[in-house]
Amino acid sequence: MQDLGISVLFKGINFQRLLGGLWVTLRLALITIGLSCLFGLLFGLLMLSKRKIVQFFCRVWLEIVRFMPQLVLLYLVYFGFARLFGWDLDGETSAVIVFTFWGTAEMGDLIRGALTSIPLHQTESAAAIGLTKGQVYRYVLIPQTLRRLLPQAINLSTRIIKTTALVKMINVTEVLKVGQQIIGQFYRQPDTAFWVYFVIFLLYFIVCWPFSLLAKQLEKRWA
Amino acid sequence: MSDTILQVNDIHKSFDGTGVLRGVSLEIREGEVVVIVGPSGCGKSTLLRCINGLETIDKGEIWLRDEKISGRAKDFHVVRQKIGMVFQSYDLFPHMKVMDNLLLGPTKALGKPRQEVEQEALQMLERVGLKEKAHVYPRTLSGGQKQRVALVRAMLMHPEILLLDEITAALDPEMVSEVLNVVIDLARGGMTMAIVTHEMRFAEAVADRVLFLEEGVVLEEGTPEAFFHAPATERAQRFLQSFTYASKRGKTEVQPKNTFGD
Ligand SMILES: Nc1ncnc2c1ncn2[C@@H]1O[C@H](COP(=O)(O)OP(=O)(O)OP(=O)(O)O)[C@@H](O)[C@H]1O
Ligand SMILES: [Mg+2]
Repeated sequence: MQDLGISVLFKGINFQRLLGGLWVTLRLALITIGLSCLFGLLFGLLMLSKRKIVQFFCRVWLEIVRFMPQLVLLYLVYFGFARLFGWDLDGETSAVIVFTFWGTAEMGDLIRGALTSIPLHQTESAAAIGLTKGQVYRYVLIPQTLRRLLPQAINLSTRIIKTTALVKMINVTEVLKVGQQIIGQFYRQPDTAFWVYFVIFLLYFIVCWPFSLLAKQLEKRWA
Repeated sequence: MSDTILQVNDIHKSFDGTGVLRGVSLEIREGEVVVIVGPSGCGKSTLLRCINGLETIDKGEIWLRDEKISGRAKDFHVVRQKIGMVFQSYDLFPHMKVMDNLLLGPTKALGKPRQEVEQEALQMLERVGLKEKAHVYPRTLSGGQKQRVALVRAMLMHPEILLLDEITAALDPEMVSEVLNVVIDLARGGMTMAIVTHEMRFAEAVADRVLFLEEGVVLEEGTPEAFFHAPATERAQRFLQSFTYASKRGKTEVQPKNTFGD
């Protein structure tokens, strides 16, 4: 009698291998999210610049990022830059560059939106009680901006985590790639593929669901 | 003769080439309440905003006691600590409870210890009938309650002068008097104030002096008795007429009952 496909997962270190792959996914996502927040803040402030030319270039960046499939950007950096500039970028570095390029633009737009959603009279009445400019930002504008921003930023983060699955196309061995390797090794077992992908589905769910819950919770509390 | 708190000398201000203030002068002495009235768009808000440095002036001078505050770009927040201002829009900070709204200025701008101000804040809240609201968020308050809190917030800075810009204009009619009675109370306590309002009965009750502004100039200035009952200029007469209604049945004019002050 044949084993069930699910038992494949518990053969040897297969499950640990999957978790290792998940860690690659998460590490990539976390670095990307961190950098996107940092550069996104700068980009968001840049978008608020009064100079038309600065606004224009920010707009162009955002549009490019939005209509360009991430996979194309990944290929462009991973294969294109290596040829063109002779840079020998490994898959993970290329992925961080591409996803940060994308995340920065999206995060910047969220930050711009959150900053502009605060009415001018909040600034004026904070100034009217004698706060310095820095204090107005610290106690009045930034806390309100964060309350609007955080739920959206968390949603963007889950999108980034999901999108990292693409990096298997540029030879990064993340969770999906590990899964495919396992399926390859145990191809004799016909339902291996189902069980491996099902577990990967569960892993993604376990990682992203709490984020999504948190975002909903914050949205409700700060409404 | 009491001290001059605020002195505005011939100030001019234009937006995009349109003169909004065209030579306004004004002096307010300690403990005096000056009410500024005039048709919409005549520059009342702009005048108050210039005094508080929210707008820069093109010409003229503004003095607070013996300090020239116009043209001062650096450290204007120090000046604003001495000038309280309440606006028409409800401007409490929505992410802070009422008490934190009240304490922000005194603790962060003035650096006073929290316990000390908290005590005073509670007393002032009680005076305006809102003691039990100290620990709720502003969104749970009515418009009238918000504006009373905003008044307390301004007063806790112990300003030299309080500027009020149509603080009841966005309120439902039944909430207007609960706010304006607080202002009357402050006036009785000797607070120096410049008040912009469209509530003529309140203006008459609270003012020591009335200023009639039109098209950026002070057209008329006088005691409330003189201004409201015997306005000197035809413009002022017409302006005051716009607040009365002709009765359906007779020729007598109908005015809302005076519910303020004495
Ligand atoms: N920031 C600004 N930019 C351009 N124009 C402005 C600005 N602020 C005010 N104005 C114009 O200046 C004029 C006077 O405005 P202001 O708000 O001082 O009038 P007001 O007397 O307070 O009127 P209201 O009774 O309606 O409040 C108006 O015509 C207004 O459109
Ligand atoms: Mg106004």
